[in-house]
Amino acid sequence: MYYDNFVLPFTIGLITLLVYLCVRYYKWIRSFPKIDRIKIRRGLFSRKTLVSIKEIFMESLLHHKIFKTNPVLGYMHMTFAFGWFLLIIFGKIESMVYHTSAFNPPYFAIFFRYFHPAKETFPGSETFAFIMDLILSFLLLGILLAVIKRFYSKMFGMKRTTKQRPYDLLVLTVLWLIFPARFIAESFSSGINGGGSFLTHSAGEFFATFLPLRNLSYGAWWTYSSLLGLFFLLLPFSRYMHIPTEIVYIFLKNWGVEQRKQYNGFSEIQTNACSRCGICINTCQLNNSCDIKDTQPVYFLRRLRNHEDFSVQSENCLLCGRCEAACPVGINLNAIRLSTRPDLTRVTKETYAYIKPKAQAETPAKVAYFAGCMSHLTPGIIRSMQEIFDKAKVNYTFIDEEEGVCCGRPQAICGNWKAAKVLMDRNQERIESSGAEILVTSCPICYKTFKEDYTLKIKIMHHTEYIDMLLQEGKLPLHKNDLKTVFHNPCELGRGCGVVDAPNHVLEQVSQRIPTRYDGKNSLCCGGSLANTVIDSQQKTKISTDTVKAYSAYQPDVIVTACPLCKKTLGKTSTSVPVKDIAEIVAAS
Amino acid sequence: MHTVIIIGGGPAGCEAAYQLASDGIQVHLIEKNNETGGNLNNWYQLFPDRKNAQDLNKRLQEQLNHPGITLHLGMEPSRVEKDGQGRFSVSLSDGSLLEGDALLVATGFKTFDAKRKEEYGYGIYENVVTSVDLENMFRNHAIRTSKGDVPRRIGIIHCVGSRDEKVCNFHCSKLCCITGVKQAIELREMLPESEIFCFYMDMRMFGPGYEEMYREAQEKYNIKFIRGRLSEAAENREHQVQVKVEDTLLGRPLRVTLDLMVLLVGMEASNETQGMARELGVKLAPSGFILPLDPHYGNNLTGEKGVFITGCCSAPMNLTDTLNDARSAAVCITRYLNMK
Ligand code: SF4
Ligand code: SF4
Ligand code: SF4
Repeated sequence: MYYDNFVLPFTIGLITLLVYLCVRYYKWIRSFPKIDRIKIRRGLFSRKTLVSIKEIFMESLLHHKIFKTNPVLGYMHMTFAFGWFLLIIFGKIESMVYHTSAFNPPYFAIFFRYFHPAKETFPGSETFAFIMDLILSFLLLGILLAVIKRFYSKMFGMKRTTKQRPYDLLVLTVLWLIFPARFIAESFSSGINGGGSFLTHSAGEFFATFLPLRNLSYGAWWTYSSLLGLFFLLLPFSRYMHIPTEIVYIFLKNWGVEQRKQYNGFSEIQTNACSRCGICINTCQLNNSCDIKDTQPVYFLRRLRNHEDFSVQSENCLLCGRCEAACPVGINLNAIRLSTRPDLTRVTKETYAYIKPKAQAETPAKVAYFAGCMSHLTPGIIRSMQEIFDKAKVNYTFIDEEEGVCCGRPQAICGNWKAAKVLMDRNQERIESSGAEILVTSCPICYKTFKEDYTLKIKIMHHTEYIDMLLQEGKLPLHKNDLKTVFHNPCELGRGCGVVDAPNHVLEQVSQRIPTRYDGKNSLCCGGSLANTVIDSQQKTKISTDTVKAYSAYQPDVIVTACPLCKKTLGKTSTSVPVKDIAEIVAAS
Repeated sequence: MHTVIIIGGGPAGCEAAYQLASDGIQVHLIEKNNETGGNLNNWYQLFPDRKNAQDLNKRLQEQLNHPGITLHLGMEPSRVEKDGQGRFSVSLSDGSLLEGDALLVATGFKTFDAKRKEEYGYGIYENVVTSVDLENMFRNHAIRTSKGDVPRRIGIIHCVGSRDEKVCNFHCSKLCCITGVKQAIELREMLPESEIFCFYMDMRMFGPGYEEMYREAQEKYNIKFIRGRLSEAAENREHQVQVKVEDTLLGRPLRVTLDLMVLLVGMEASNETQGMARELGVKLAPSGFILPLDPHYGNNLTGEKGVFITGCCSAPMNLTDTLNDARSAAVCITRYLNMK
């Protein structure tokens, strides 16, 4: 039997960690709503599990998404995760080849060089030694990069690395020391007994020339084991909890578990799955335009995890979704933020009793047009939609022409779901009584909530999609002109609802669309978001000024958007380039 | 002899030119249009005495016949430079070069572009006009709707483009309230049968005789003042404007159908004012107007030596104050030149 007391710290650490994790995850999952637990049961033995495994390989090990955003940072994350993974796998195989049994204790593979007398060879022993040295050097290089990153984060294309608590710094140091400790322990053993390959063997010979290795070697193995054990014990309370949690999250996500309105165990799992890579910091316009540096998901989630006060951070967010789109872990950042906003309103059905229900339409029109409150502040958009309906000879009814009910989303995104629900019910009634087949809205805010929170049985389209459909069906006569346009895709439309192609098609058909780096889901926030109740109007103006600047750099004749709020917000600061809605461009062509 | 270059031939520039010339200073007055008078050219009657605006304009023009004044009409300064001795050279758009010992900026204001307040429908609805358009109608003595009818119900909307963070203008334009009162009275005189409303947030009657005029508007001219800010406007099939507004005194939402809606557009620093500030390195206030060195003692001074300001390039002012400010600038400049 291969055993020595120095394996104890490692073994105890590992077992404690595993037990702790099992209990933790079990508790979190137990708090899921029933529907999500059913999804887990159904997903467990389906193809989704295989998909998850592939995703875990790509993301948790290779960090393929971080690679796409930032190759150097990706390499660094990859060396750690994938390198360690390979070290474990190859070590295990090596130990199994040597021992010819799958059932050796876990510590055996980890401390193989200690237990394996070097002179005793086995099939492929030199190749194994070479591979293990190769992986170790790969890891050491990763650590070197990480150390450099701490000091020169600019080199990695990041404006700043995430700020750490002292506790996190301790764990970080332990993690960084693990592999150098392994390197030293293996080199010392090799210096005494031989073995190892290009790295540990050469280092061993070198150390032997001036160090009393026989006295030091045993201590080195104790150190290595203790560091591992310590790391395992500290892990659940550090950012490295994200390593196991991300894996769990990927399974749950693929099985169909959803982030709902309440903050629950699934939110906790996501909160803990954040690797604090810091990518979200650089995407956030509150950081870039307003120099607000404590509200980005990496910090917000940390507050949630550490049970620090997060009330301001909860509200100080545009819910623009730029961070969510960039987050390599794919955390539902908007939904989590929203779930932490308290519902402060006292609203009952009576509050809006003065809004009369609409009479059932006798001869229902095919299309029901819902402009939305915001569009009533931009009559140019309503006008253009009316023109478009007329040109295409569409039989439509204008639901909120005389009076309308707010869609409820402005209340909802401030956390006031009760008020929102009352409005939503009211509105749903009015929309249904129209008897139309298609509901067309000009406002992405309404559009998103119609799709997600209402239970409407009719087809819901944003006017960009509807215009695109009319053009495809050839119902709208069209003249392309030389107008140079850039498209600002509203947060709620592009990232929020995935409508990306329709507006681009339309614009390409009626104008000369200039592609920008903000196209599709990379679009900026106009700054007019209703979701942020913390920043003041000057800060909002700063964001929109910067956004206008970014688009103006492409020298368009007009900045085109598809949202009344974006139009107003960008329009108030854009004095040289006009800002128009896509419907206005189409109607005028 | 000293020379002063004045940029902008509105009331402030004209008056300052005359005052300086009367003190024996050589003046170059640069005006981008082909006539002097600036925004005054668009006005029909003045408040509070209801004198014809063009009489004042003419008087200011006649003063410019002074031999010490050289007028440069239809010109804009394309470049301004200052040398080590504090002398300014100004290149004009026709290529000529002026030299002076001091510079007076009198580039004034522009009225708010009402299209930026899209919810009020200017440029979209047929029967929405601005207060400037209305002055023009007065001059032509024709107050008609787009269809040529006599408007039976008219609404005057205060604070359009002023006191409104949604268009990034936090300042009060100061003159629109009294303009609204004056225009309401003028409307009443021309259309004795019509209903006339003013929708206001606060009535700011700061000048002598203004408050009296406001009282008269209510008592004698039967103008209805409703406290509340317009939220949105829509057009019906008859091209009337339907406005939604909350009567904040009664605490009730209100819906009114208007035949004609007048927007009291506010004042913003003119493009020339902002351009000159940039060119001369002079500071702007958050409102976009030029920031005077001191609000009490240095309201004609800037941080740049030899650069003076007067009139509405530093803040909205009525004509009385503008002309006073021009004279005060002339005094400052004369003293500055004598100390040189
Ligand atoms: S929230 Fe996502 S992007 Fe931000 S630090 Fe965490 S893992 Fe990275
Ligand atoms: S949603 Fe937008 S504003 Fe909020 S943290 Fe993310 S990037 Fe910043
Ligand atoms: S003067 Fe009256 S109308 Fe003009 S901005 Fe001030 S309060 Fe508003």
